[in-house]
Amino acid sequence: MRIAIVDESATRATIIEEGLAQIPDCEIFVLTERHGLLSRIEEIGPDIVLIDLGNPSRDVLEEYFAVSRVLARPIAMFVDESDDDAIAASIDAGVSAYVVDGLAAHRIRPLLDLAIKRFHAFARLQSDLAEAKGKLAERETIDKAKGKLAERETIDKAKRILMQGKGVSEPEAYAELRRKAMSSNRRIAEIAEAVVTAHELMGGGE
Amino acid sequence: MTEPLTIGFLPLVDACLPILAHEHGFAEEEGLALTFQRDVSWATVLDRLLYGHTDAAHLIAPLAIATTLGRGRPAQPLAAPFVLGLNGNAITLTPELAAKVAEPGRLGDPVAVGAALAQEARARKAAGKRLHLGVVHRYSSHNYMLRYWLAASGIRPDDDVEIVTVAPPFVADAMQTGEIDGACVGEPWNSAAVARGVGVIVLATAQIWRRGVEKVLAFRAPVLEARRPAAEALIRALRKAGSHFVDPANWETNAAILARPEYVNADPALILGAISDRLVLVQGAEPVDYPDFMFQHREAANFPWVSQAEWLYTQLVRWDHLAFSPEDAAAAARVFRPDVYRSALTGTGDLLPGASSKVEGSLARPTAVTAQQGSMILANNTFFDGRSFDPDDIEGYIESFG
Repeated sequence: MRIAIVDESATRATIIEEGLAQIPDCEIFVLTERHGLLSRIEEIGPDIVLIDLGNPSRDVLEEYFAVSRVLARPIAMFVDESDDDAIAASIDAGVSAYVVDGLAAHRIRPLLDLAIKRFHAFARLQSDLAEAKGKLAERETIDKAKGKLAERETIDKAKRILMQGKGVSEPEAYAELRRKAMSSNRRIAEIAEAVVTAHELMGGGE
Repeated sequence: MTEPLTIGFLPLVDACLPILAHEHGFAEEEGLALTFQRDVSWATVLDRLLYGHTDAAHLIAPLAIATTLGRGRPAQPLAAPFVLGLNGNAITLTPELAAKVAEPGRLGDPVAVGAALAQEARARKAAGKRLHLGVVHRYSSHNYMLRYWLAASGIRPDDDVEIVTVAPPFVADAMQTGEIDGACVGEPWNSAAVARGVGVIVLATAQIWRRGVEKVLAFRAPVLEARRPAAEALIRALRKAGSHFVDPANWETNAAILARPEYVNADPALILGAISDRLVLVQGAEPVDYPDFMFQHREAANFPWVSQAEWLYTQLVRWDHLAFSPEDAAAAARVFRPDVYRSALTGTGDLLPGASSKVEGSLARPTAVTAQQGSMILANNTFFDGRSFDPDDIEGYIESFG
C-alpha cells in the first residue's frame, strides 16, 4: 500500500510516518511542500492520502481528486458511510483521509486508527511544549524585570558616588557615566557596576 | 444565561457579520456567547460543521447546495437561514494580461473585457498554453460568476481556459510564479495581489451580477431545528452587526477588528478598502469608488431568497454537466430558509420581503416590492448579459445555456 502524508509540519509528519511504519507492506511518502504538491501526488500514485485539517492545500487536493474520479485511478474521500465513526474520530484528531476507490475497509481501519493515535500524541506533545514555553517565558519576563530593577539601583548608586566624590550634580554624574560607556563601547549599567565595585574596594560602601 | 454557539469561518472580509456581532456585543444582547473556529480551507470548515466541531459556519453558498445534494461525498442536508452577503469578489489578472484585455486603473465594461479576453484565450490555446484562472473552490460563487462571465463572452470554461483551485491567501503567490494568469477571489486577497504589484483588478463580480449571492450562514438541517431559538437569536444579532458594518462612522474600527490575527489576519488598510467600496485597482494608484462592491445589509440583503438557491442549482447542473432533476432542484431550494429568517425578525421592525422568491436579474432600476408591512425598494439586480432567471422555469433556464 502506498501512503502519502501531506503535512506542512515536518515534525508531525515524521511522528505519523514512524507510527505507520509498523504496518507491513506499506510504502510511505511525506509531502511537506505546498509547491508542486499535485504533481508529486501524481508521481506517487498513492492508495491513501492523509492530510491535516489545518493544511491550506486541502481544497486544491480535493479538486484534484474530483477531477481524478474521471481518470483511471479514482480517489474518493474516505466516506464509506459504515465508517462514519472512524471519520468522526479522524476529524476530531485533526486529520482527513482520502482513499482509492475499492480499497477494502479492513485494510484502511488499522492504518487510520494508527494515524489518529499519532495525531493525538503530537497534539499532546505540542500542548506540553506550549505550556513549558509559557512557563519559561514567564520566568524570563520576571528575571528581566528583576535585572532591570537591579541595574537601575546600581546606576543610582554609581551616580551618588560620583556626586559625593567629585561634587557634581546628578545630571552631570549620569552624563559622565554615559560618556564613559560610549567611549568604551559598553553599557551604562556595566560602567556603573565598575564604579560601585571600585568604590567598595577603596573602602567605600554604604 | 447565555447560550454558546461556535461558528466556523475562513479568513475573508465577508466573515464580518458574525465577528462584529460578537465584538460589539450584539450576540450577547441576544443571549448568545459566540466562539470562533478559524480554518484555512473550505473542506475543513465543512468537515467541522458536519462532525459537530462547529454549530454554524460561514460558507460559500454553492457548497451548501452541493453538500445537500451529495456532490463528492454522501449527502447531508444543510440549511441556510441567513445570507452573509452579496458579491464582494473581484477578478484580478496579472499586469501583463490586464494590459492586453482591459484598461488598468479602471473597472472595465464586462462585455468589452470579456471579448478581449476571449481573443487572448484563443491565442493562448492555439499556442498550447491555455490561460489558467484560479477560483477558491469548485462549489463557490467565484467559480460560478467567473464561468458565467466567460461563457457569455464566448469562452468555453472547460475547453478554452483551465480553471484551477487556489486557496485565497495564495492567489498573489500563484500570480507571481505564473501558476495562474488571473483569479476570481474575495477580499482582501485581490487587493493583496495589487499591493504586491502582481495583480490588477479588472472587474468586480457585482458587475457580472449586480446582486449575486455569496456566503451563507449554514447549519446542518437537524441542528437548525434542534437549536432554533439560538439560530434565530443569532440572525437578530447579525442584522444589528450589519447595520453597524455599513455605517461609515464605524468603518475604521471594524477594519481594525477584522484585521486581527485571530480573524482575517491582514492589513487593515486593505480591509478598509473593501468595506468602504474603495479599491486600489493597480499598485500605487488612487482608490476607485465602486458602490455596492460588497453588499451586506440594505434591501434585505441577508434574506435567503429561494430563487437564489435555485439559481445556484442551475449553475451546479450546468458546470457539473448533470441532467436537470426536479427532486434535486427541490432539495436545493429547501437549503435556503426564508421562513426561519422571517420568524427571527418578525416584530423587530426590520423589513421583511412579502415573497420568498423573485425573478433574479429582472430589475433594471430601483423598484418597490411588497414587504410584509408596506413596501421596500430593491435596486437594479441585473446580470451583465441581460438574461434573467425565472424560478418558475428552472429547466428552461438551464436549457437556454445550450
